[in-house]
Amino acid sequence: MSEGNIRVLVAKPGLDGHDRGAKVVARALRDAGMEVIYTGLRQTPEMIAEAALQEDVDIIGISILSGAHMALVPRILELTKANGQEDVKLFLGGIIPDDDIDELQKMGVSGVYGPGSSTEDIVADIRKIIKRA
Amino acid sequence: MNLSQALLNQNRLALTRLLTQVENNTKQGREALNELFPHTGKAHLIGITGAPGTGKSTLVNQLALYYRKEHDYRVAILAVDPSSPFTGGAVLGDRVRMRDLSGDQNIFIRSMASRGSLGGLAQSTSAMVQLFDAANYDVILVETVGAGQAEVDIAKLAHTTLVVEAPGLGDDIQAIKAGILEIADVLVINKADRPGVENTERALKGMLELAHPARRVFQHHGQNMVVEAEEKDEEQENIWIPEVKRIIAKDGDGIAELGEAIARHVDFLRESDEWSRQTRTQLQTTLDALLREKLFNRFLDKLSPQVYAKTLSQIIKREESPWSAVERLLR
Repeated sequence: MSEGNIRVLVAKPGLDGHDRGAKVVARALRDAGMEVIYTGLRQTPEMIAEAALQEDVDIIGISILSGAHMALVPRILELTKANGQEDVKLFLGGIIPDDDIDELQKMGVSGVYGPGSSTEDIVADIRKIIKRA
Repeated sequence: MNLSQALLNQNRLALTRLLTQVENNTKQGREALNELFPHTGKAHLIGITGAPGTGKSTLVNQLALYYRKEHDYRVAILAVDPSSPFTGGAVLGDRVRMRDLSGDQNIFIRSMASRGSLGGLAQSTSAMVQLFDAANYDVILVETVGAGQAEVDIAKLAHTTLVVEAPGLGDDIQAIKAGILEIADVLVINKADRPGVENTERALKGMLELAHPARRVFQHHGQNMVVEAEEKDEEQENIWIPEVKRIIAKDGDGIAELGEAIARHVDFLRESDEWSRQTRTQLQTTLDALLREKLFNRFLDKLSPQVYAKTLSQIIKREESPWSAVERLLR
């Protein structure tokens, strides 16, 4: 696993149209030399898992502002596992209450980045988890 | 799991894993290509190229829907977007316009970054197409990087090349420049509800009338100048005159007519034997490219790095020309 650029899927589930955060992260990851597949707004967990499969990404970044993270995240992880992508990682941005972070990490979420997080931290964390490029 | 075998059984996990291996040119990827090569050569490859913002992704979305609905074909999409020349990173955004295609097991969309390659495609695009072909996709839509005027590699890869234009992009001098318009098998005028569509259509049709048809075939398919003598003597039947089609991709207007024009082109290819000639050219291009790469690498392996560095510094100091350096090194 030492060849090729890190591939990241950036997706925005839910019904609100606020994708500025997701776009900022996508651009920062691009500037860090990663290949970012941007799917746009209003993605269902099924659409996200399907895109993750077809694009063979290393990690999925999800932006959730609606408070539905405790429903969406386990569903996405369940679907990627069902597709055979047991090794794909997931990180989260948006509005996530501190109380939920522990449980999300237990589900397998590799990082949670709320407002004020630095994109450098996100890049560094992804590099640490994927261990290449 | 033997990935090649699983790919032949239409396992999507195997396909996606092998696409990555082939894209990264790994040993596993090359071995899979060897195993799968006998199973290729069936799919119809359609290239979609044109300037940025003309609506290539939206057109690809509509064409995929058309082929699913009207022909029940299995459709693969390979969408190429540019890599940053500075960081090597990329944002691949073609899926944003293809959300209608989600949830259909018989559509497979893969985005790829150009990774420094010019010409509108990436180095491994043609090899990745082979995987889709082996995985039994009937139609493979290859969308190039938003191309300017000289990105014509797609015409060497695809059976049918669509060049997408939109009203208001250029005057009639743009239309008679050599390059991207000459590779079109079908010229698509998207956004046909916009003002200026008549002017665009007139300019493109005028360009087609100016072109000497016989010469056009020669340029399109004869990179190596292998043109059979008798072909020149034959009458019009062996010549495809590109069609011009107006569409409004975002509403799906004109897509069925475009689909029929593509089908006419396929009929022409098969009846005129162009199909096998194209295949021959494609495989020859592949063979030549691989030979060039392999020979270059083999030569570099044998050359000591010191000699190479010394030669380069002599050239930089203008003490030796690159031409004479090559002659000396190869002697």
